[in-house]
Amino acid sequence: MLPFVVQRVLTAIPTLAIVTVMVFGIQRSLPGDPAVILAGEEQDPQVIAFIREKYRLDEPVPVQYVAWLGQLARGDLGVSMRTGEPVTSLILTKLPVTVQLSLLSILVAILVAIPAGVIAATRKNTGWDVAGTVVALSGLSIPNFWLGIMLILFVSVQLGWLPASGYVPFFEDPVDNLRRMIMPAIVLGTGLAAVLMRQMRSSMLEVLSQDFVRTATAKGASGWTTIVRHAMRNALIPVVTILGLQLGTLLSGAVLTEQVFTIPGFGKLIVDAVFNRDYAVVQGVVLFTATAYIVINLAVDVLYALLDPRISGGRA
Amino acid sequence: MKRHLFRLLLGTALVALLGSASAQTVRVGLAEDPDMLDPDLGRTYVGRIVFASMCDKLFEITPDLEIFPQLASGYEVADDGLSITIDVRPGVVFHDGTPLDADAVKYNLERSKNLPGSNRASELAQVDAVTVVDDDTVRLDLSEPFAPLIALLADRSGMMISPAAAEELGEDFARSPVCAGPFQFVERVAQDRITLERFEDYWDADAIAIDAVEFLPIPDTSVRLANLQSGDLQIIERAAPTDLGIIRDDPDLTLPSAASLGYQGITINIANPEQRDDPMATDPRVREAFELAIDRTVINDVVFGGEFIVGNQAVPPSSPWYVDDYPIAERDVERARALLDEAGYDRVAFELMVANNPQSVQLGEVVQALAGEAGFDVTVRATEFATALDLWEQGDYDAFQVGWSGRLDPDGNIHSFQTCEGNLNEHGVCDEETSRLLNEARVTSGFEARYELYEEAAMRYLPNRHVIYLYHQQLFFPHTASMQGFDAYPDGIIRFQGVTVD
Amino acid sequence: MTGAVPRRIDPVVAWWTSRPMRRLRSRPIALVGGVVVLAFVALAVLAPWIAPYDPAATDFLSVRDAPSGRYWFGTDEIGRDVLSRVVFGARASLIAGVISVAIALAAGVPLGLIAGFYGGWVDEVIMRITDALLSFPFLILAVALAAALGPSLQNAMIAIGIAVTPTFVRLMRGQVLAVKNAEYVQAARALGAGDGRILARHVLPNAFAPILVQATVTIAQAIIAESSLSFLGLGVQPPTPSWGGMLNTAKNFLVQAPWMAIWPGLSIFVTVLAFNLFGDGLRDAFDPRDA
Repeated sequence: MLPFVVQRVLTAIPTLAIVTVMVFGIQRSLPGDPAVILAGEEQDPQVIAFIREKYRLDEPVPVQYVAWLGQLARGDLGVSMRTGEPVTSLILTKLPVTVQLSLLSILVAILVAIPAGVIAATRKNTGWDVAGTVVALSGLSIPNFWLGIMLILFVSVQLGWLPASGYVPFFEDPVDNLRRMIMPAIVLGTGLAAVLMRQMRSSMLEVLSQDFVRTATAKGASGWTTIVRHAMRNALIPVVTILGLQLGTLLSGAVLTEQVFTIPGFGKLIVDAVFNRDYAVVQGVVLFTATAYIVINLAVDVLYALLDPRISGGRA
Repeated sequence: MKRHLFRLLLGTALVALLGSASAQTVRVGLAEDPDMLDPDLGRTYVGRIVFASMCDKLFEITPDLEIFPQLASGYEVADDGLSITIDVRPGVVFHDGTPLDADAVKYNLERSKNLPGSNRASELAQVDAVTVVDDDTVRLDLSEPFAPLIALLADRSGMMISPAAAEELGEDFARSPVCAGPFQFVERVAQDRITLERFEDYWDADAIAIDAVEFLPIPDTSVRLANLQSGDLQIIERAAPTDLGIIRDDPDLTLPSAASLGYQGITINIANPEQRDDPMATDPRVREAFELAIDRTVINDVVFGGEFIVGNQAVPPSSPWYVDDYPIAERDVERARALLDEAGYDRVAFELMVANNPQSVQLGEVVQALAGEAGFDVTVRATEFATALDLWEQGDYDAFQVGWSGRLDPDGNIHSFQTCEGNLNEHGVCDEETSRLLNEARVTSGFEARYELYEEAAMRYLPNRHVIYLYHQQLFFPHTASMQGFDAYPDGIIRFQGVTVD
Repeated sequence: MTGAVPRRIDPVVAWWTSRPMRRLRSRPIALVGGVVVLAFVALAVLAPWIAPYDPAATDFLSVRDAPSGRYWFGTDEIGRDVLSRVVFGARASLIAGVISVAIALAAGVPLGLIAGFYGGWVDEVIMRITDALLSFPFLILAVALAAALGPSLQNAMIAIGIAVTPTFVRLMRGQVLAVKNAEYVQAARALGAGDGRILARHVLPNAFAPILVQATVTIAQAIIAESSLSFLGLGVQPPTPSWGGMLNTAKNFLVQAPWMAIWPGLSIFVTVLAFNLFGDGLRDAFDPRDA
């Protein structure tokens, strides 16, 4: 067990090192000079020169990279060139927004996926099952930015039921917060619901094929409760894994969802920073998400190994 | 946590009890997120909108562009134009209680000039020295007469920040700015909102009837409008001209507007980085043909629903600085073709770089369709803004659809673009005589004398058509009907003096 | 069986009657998916003959006209026929989907093979880079790469191709590892079969089905990715029509011209759904567990 954990941690280190090189490299290969953008409409040459010097933009890229690593080592992610706000504080203000959005979308996904998966499995190869598959795949196939636009069009503009955009912190006004988050959560949750539903269906099928099921079904309604509970337990491990793996997908989805609904979260932070060439923000935030992804998957692997000791031994 | 929730409930109950009387917050929808909230470092137009509520200036303008003293109480220009004496309004304090006196004004002007990276330094280049005459008077000594100076002091260069706060906060000033305007800074959540609340000790407190202002960046025009209609916002800036029908049909909305001081046009790269050899760059006849091939009215009608103002100069036709002797050319495809023939070309191909937002692309596509009929093969190259700026800076483009937000003094719309050494002359034009005339106009005072110089210069640079001016924006500020007393200004800035909300 | 000489079996018939094909044929919704995919391919190829108008032709007198007998899907912000643009837009989406997956296959399959087959430090290097790529949120990686390369269809395809490559590296490597230590492969090796022969005879045939399934599903993902990039202004450039680009413009006219947003979005949805249904059917058809 322990050697497995150590080995997984050790492989995470070079991965992170490569991540830093990639973040920095891709970022610096973007065309466009941040100093020119920052200098604004007036394009004062002295201002441009000053900004280049201040953010060390005129130094060779490897030197800048090493300087950035030095900064990271001191736990400093730098400041936004655009607003002067420290990247760490940006991350701390944006993280709760995207985390809330993700949690809500997971909730939406679970609420849809579990009943749908159970129905599809118990009525395998019927019209219900086929319909379930089509609906699930539709969830995977619908571009979430389009779904967002359509929801704004019908729910906000035509019906006027929910606000079209904006964000209010949960602890400031929980009701308003949920009113604004529900459409984005649905948009972000559709893809996840599809994945979870399929997972639920196959776990359920596996359970249904087991011997004890006959006994349980014979017991009637209470038996079905047992089956569902058993299927849930069976589905738990893969679902946890999927959630770990889907974290990246959720973040990708959040990029466009936040863009469409103007939610000031991580996705919007990254996209705006890429377009503004706000180097420190792009580097800091992407590094943070990549690290989070690696750490969470590491945790999932370890958890998995704890739940199922065969894995640590049998890893190829 | 529990206590927080309790306060929250109590707060909600109070708001419910007091009803709309306490809901005197105006929420403003901005098209983008402002940058540094430091008047010396800020560079964005939306930033100027936020500053207007937070930072008063030495001078201010009326909706008719008359300049009057704001934090100043009067001024006098010496006969030789080499010094300006400004009287500082007595009894004004900054949000932190620091008094605004002559020393504070001197500190501010020197900071604008000397702060590393200041975007204002070039605006104050002619100011050699600032001297405190007495507590309420400062004198600015200039290296040469500079007619646009007072207009610049009615913008960000004239904004006063608290010297005490600036010294204490240093680089962090932009994160909690302290000025002397009607509202003081409360908090900023990046990309989400900027909150200001009424400053009780504001010198002109009677002019302010609202308690708080919130600025929310919402980039999508249709979403911004949807939020206005739902009552989530009270006012939005830059409503899309194509949305105006909806706004006019909505009885709960009012639609004030003002003609912008700026312009939009197509800049043709004629020299950078080296002498270019494509026909658009080398032959003024080809550029004339291009101008004749397009139709400003069609562009305005199709892309902007006919709501903007067609134009052919750096200032709009309504401006006193507009040159009447250079009228807008009618579209003439025959003549355009004839000019191309004369220049020896059958068809001319070039690339038109536009910013990759739907409206600019749409404009590019209309130009492409119109010019195509007269023998131009225009490739519309929608370029991400950051990249476009870079290519423009390097002179690596054929033609660029770009504009200018506009300045109060015509110098701000013309000088940097048309003089040989101009900051924004990335298209590589250089006519010594034009430069001389435009420099002369800077040191000349009096409208008549300056107008003649601008007119003479215009008759030199306009026919060269390296900048083909197309239109001027009409700035629309739709707001809820419950808001009253709002005036739209040609500088596109939202001011809350005199605004009330029911 | 009649006669002593076995009848030569037509390879097409053999393919059509093979087990996966039979199983695929017994799944009607997968077939529907396949047919819809073919229909969109036909639409893309035959666009010039199907589209009623030139997709770039503007009509300034019919700007944002609602759907009518003349313009079935209405017109856009500069008076172009939305139907024609949707038809031509199929090209960008399908090309982007197929080419970016082809790029990912061309890069991912050999890398996965090498990593799995040779192991050791080669494997370590390849897998750490793959892990690093996987740790970036997919769309953010694609956005950054597309912005770095410059906005165009070609660069969007490269960006998406790079972003989906890790999936294929992992998949291929897993396939190799599964086969490598199997007894029959060890036996072949003992009999003197070289690396190339083992790869060609044992590894690739086994990997074919999962790779095909993954490729089909990834095409679906790539089509969405391309439309997302175009939606952000980083994909196909105007005036060439693309569904994502059309949506980017349409969102400014949601109230005045909702038809501009509905049709391109629906097209993306239906195409992607078709690929997913087909891929899903393929997966079931090739699934060795479920007889």
